[in-house]
Amino acid sequence: MIGEPKLLAVEGLGVSFDGFKAVDDLTLYLDNGEIRAIIGPNGAGKTTLLDLISGKTRSSEGRVLFKGEEITALKEHEIVQAGIGRKFQTPSVYEELTVFENLEMAFPSRRSWWGALWSRRTKEVTEQVEQIAELVYLRDRLNDRAEILGHGQKQWLEIGMLLIQSPDLMMLDEPVAGMSVNERQKTAELLKQLARGRAVLVVEHDMQFVESIADTVTVLHQGKLLAEGKMANVKNDQKVIDVYLGH
Amino acid sequence: MSITELFSIAVMQGFNGLSTFSVLLLMALGLAIIFGQMGVINMAHGEFLTVGAYTTYVLSEVSQRWAPWLLSSYFLLSLVLSFAIAAGLGLLVEHLMIRHLYRRPLDSLLATWGLSLILQQVFRSTFGAREVSAHLPDWVMGSLKPTEMIDIPINGLVVMGLTLSLTSAVFLGLFRTRWGIRVRATTQNRAMSGAAGINTRRVDRLSFGLGCGLAGIAGAAFTTIGSTGPTSGSLYIVDTFLTVVFGGAESLVGTIASAFSIAQAQATTEFFMTGSMAKVITLMVVILILMARPEGLFTLKMRR
Amino acid sequence: MTRASKTITGQLGALRSKMPRESWAFALTALLLLVVFPATLSGFRLAMVAKYLTYAFPAMALVVCWGKGGILSLGQGVFFGLGGYCMAMFLKLEASDPGSTSIQSTPGIPDFMDWNQLTELPFFWVPFQSLWFSLLAVLVLPGLLALGIGLAMFKRRVGGVYFAIITQAIASVLAILIIGQQGYTGGVNGITDLKTLAGWDIRSDSAKVALYYVNVGLLLGVVLLSSWVLRSKLGRLLVAMREKEERVRFTGYDVAALKIFAFVFAATISGIGGAMFTLVVGFMSPSFVGIVPSIEMVIAAAVGGRHSLLGAIYGSLLVNYGKTFFSESFPEAWLFLLGGLFILVVMAFPNGLAGLDLRRLLDSKRLAQLGAKLEALRPKPAPTPAAPQGEVPR
Repeated sequence: MIGEPKLLAVEGLGVSFDGFKAVDDLTLYLDNGEIRAIIGPNGAGKTTLLDLISGKTRSSEGRVLFKGEEITALKEHEIVQAGIGRKFQTPSVYEELTVFENLEMAFPSRRSWWGALWSRRTKEVTEQVEQIAELVYLRDRLNDRAEILGHGQKQWLEIGMLLIQSPDLMMLDEPVAGMSVNERQKTAELLKQLARGRAVLVVEHDMQFVESIADTVTVLHQGKLLAEGKMANVKNDQKVIDVYLGH
Repeated sequence: MSITELFSIAVMQGFNGLSTFSVLLLMALGLAIIFGQMGVINMAHGEFLTVGAYTTYVLSEVSQRWAPWLLSSYFLLSLVLSFAIAAGLGLLVEHLMIRHLYRRPLDSLLATWGLSLILQQVFRSTFGAREVSAHLPDWVMGSLKPTEMIDIPINGLVVMGLTLSLTSAVFLGLFRTRWGIRVRATTQNRAMSGAAGINTRRVDRLSFGLGCGLAGIAGAAFTTIGSTGPTSGSLYIVDTFLTVVFGGAESLVGTIASAFSIAQAQATTEFFMTGSMAKVITLMVVILILMARPEGLFTLKMRR
Repeated sequence: MTRASKTITGQLGALRSKMPRESWAFALTALLLLVVFPATLSGFRLAMVAKYLTYAFPAMALVVCWGKGGILSLGQGVFFGLGGYCMAMFLKLEASDPGSTSIQSTPGIPDFMDWNQLTELPFFWVPFQSLWFSLLAVLVLPGLLALGIGLAMFKRRVGGVYFAIITQAIASVLAILIIGQQGYTGGVNGITDLKTLAGWDIRSDSAKVALYYVNVGLLLGVVLLSSWVLRSKLGRLLVAMREKEERVRFTGYDVAALKIFAFVFAATISGIGGAMFTLVVGFMSPSFVGIVPSIEMVIAAAVGGRHSLLGAIYGSLLVNYGKTFFSESFPEAWLFLLGGLFILVVMAFPNGLAGLDLRRLLDSKRLAQLGAKLEALRPKPAPTPAAPQGEVPR
């Protein structure tokens, strides 16, 4: 729909480290309900893009708008509170806590230190945790400590921790890295379910996985936008083949 | 006071600051190498200075009693010996303790503090609690008098000369030798360096030894400007750490600039108020600046 | 096992398994401090224990901010000292009424001010004439200072080692400042000759005993408070923050605020300890403010187990008792021991006393074994005559 602000608008975004332009004049738009895959060779700036949007790195040019509001200069936790959740490349869960406790920690209430002091484990929280655990295939592992989960399950746990915050935009950095084929399929199903009512941004290398989930694909190369469109078109784009996919 | 008097005092105060600067710089260089290289905080660094100082003292006693012909030249020998003994002790400590503490700065901080207590007690038991002085050769004593009003003590110049040559040597070593390349590579990317065939453990060990050796020479230099006691090293340790942090632990040039400004600031403020207040003011200013610019005042690179 | 051993050890074991381990340990500690010590120690030794217990405050503070929150502060002496000096200032003013100070050139002001030719009370001393203000200052000032430091540093993401070194420098600066400003602070000797607290003589034997109980009461209260905080979501956030700061940040929490909380909490507790110290010991000096005492507080926490609040109490008792004992009998050995302790605690026993598996010691199986051993030690009745078949009696 023209006229309605996009969920995510990245405009002319750029950053350089010591003269090296990691992201260069990048523009992309995301709609609600969309699953977008970001692909590209290593060093193309994919993770940096996520860093910029989530506030981990400060951009030197351009801006990021989320739900019509500018979030370029906000701090990480403020961006999270605005509705953007991010999953990191290596699973980042609290190893010593149980699955339940991990999810509970991510529950988006009582986020100030004062609130957290008085926060109690209410029925609402418990129900939410169980619901999310069900979604991410971890219902029967609720009382296990996170450190004994398999690699794939840790990824799901982290996705669960994002989910429980009800983000409007979920950004996943290589969610299926290290997963078995079976796990990848389950993850694809999970993501397709999750995309209802929100947008999902996925950085991935696994082309099969990308094909199975993404509506649109954006290809980055050396920090710049190389191509964008449906997977089928992008796959056959000569530029992309030369740089990334081709032999 | 006339302008010339003021100027003379300023010059002398300036040189005063330079002696402190020299010792501080040698200590800070050693510490920066160790911290930057291995992520280890060596709270016992001051004790390596004391090792060097006591070595010089012992050598001076020895030549006084048994080899008076050495008296005028022993000092140069003591520089070499101070380096060797301090570095040797450093290698021993690294092997026994430090290598278990890589990349654990908080743990190494506490453990090396314990080491410093032990070393201080060793000094106390061996040399006594009172301060001792090395017998300095005559050419080190005395002063230059470029003008009637300006009195520049030679020992200060000696220490400075020493520091300059050592610092240049370290720079040359780091940037012009193969060993230096290995050190810098390991600092910047340990995994890759290891993969490229660099024996990172050996680089670490040698760097630690070098850092301690530098402190040892600082100790020998220290004997020309003050007397030595078991706790001499601990006088400098807090300042040294602040210097390293202030200069940005990554940058050696930053360390130099930082040591210079801190030493000079202290010397200058000392002129206007008591020694302790000068120290307080200098430290407070450094702390405040660090709070505003935590990466250090002189860091060249910045990332967010 | 005979019935006797079954009773003792069995009962202990059963009791132990009914209560959660923390409550069991807390009850034991409370028993030790409130009953056993006062009953078995002379007045002099009890006062010594009271002194050691005041050090437990900053040690516990470190358990919260360092053990749980990962924030190593090498300057807890600053807050301990601040609380202590606030209390000392009040007590000194009370002891410097014009009557007792009539021989001074300027009566009515503390003696050290008189010696330094001050003729009137400095402005910042004046409010400490009020007991309520002084008590409020003890509770609030250390926290305020910590808030300032925390805001400046944590908002700028200064953490870890840099933070530790800066706190050490602050401790050093404060100590030098106090020593240098003799006229205003009593200098290197500190503030001494304290006599009464609102008319109550704190030097009398009965006062010492009363202060012991107040100290223990406050200490146990702080344990309970800190426990409560640590069990809340905030407490779990602190632990999470220690392990994975980024993850906490990306879950929508303001990490700087969490760190500031931990640091201010720690400062306030340390300040209370300092004030108790002044009351119990009768003076306060800069030798409790600087680098060395601050790091001794860290060692006390580390020895007790940096993750254990009760451990901090035992750690403080042990380390300070060791200090007193060794510096009297074997002064040379003390520094060796202390240094060795630092190294051991970091390299071999990172969880201190608390990690020394007291659980294993109190395990019901072990208790049963202990019971059996005790049983074997009891004198046996004369053996019955040999059985007809010549069997050897068991």
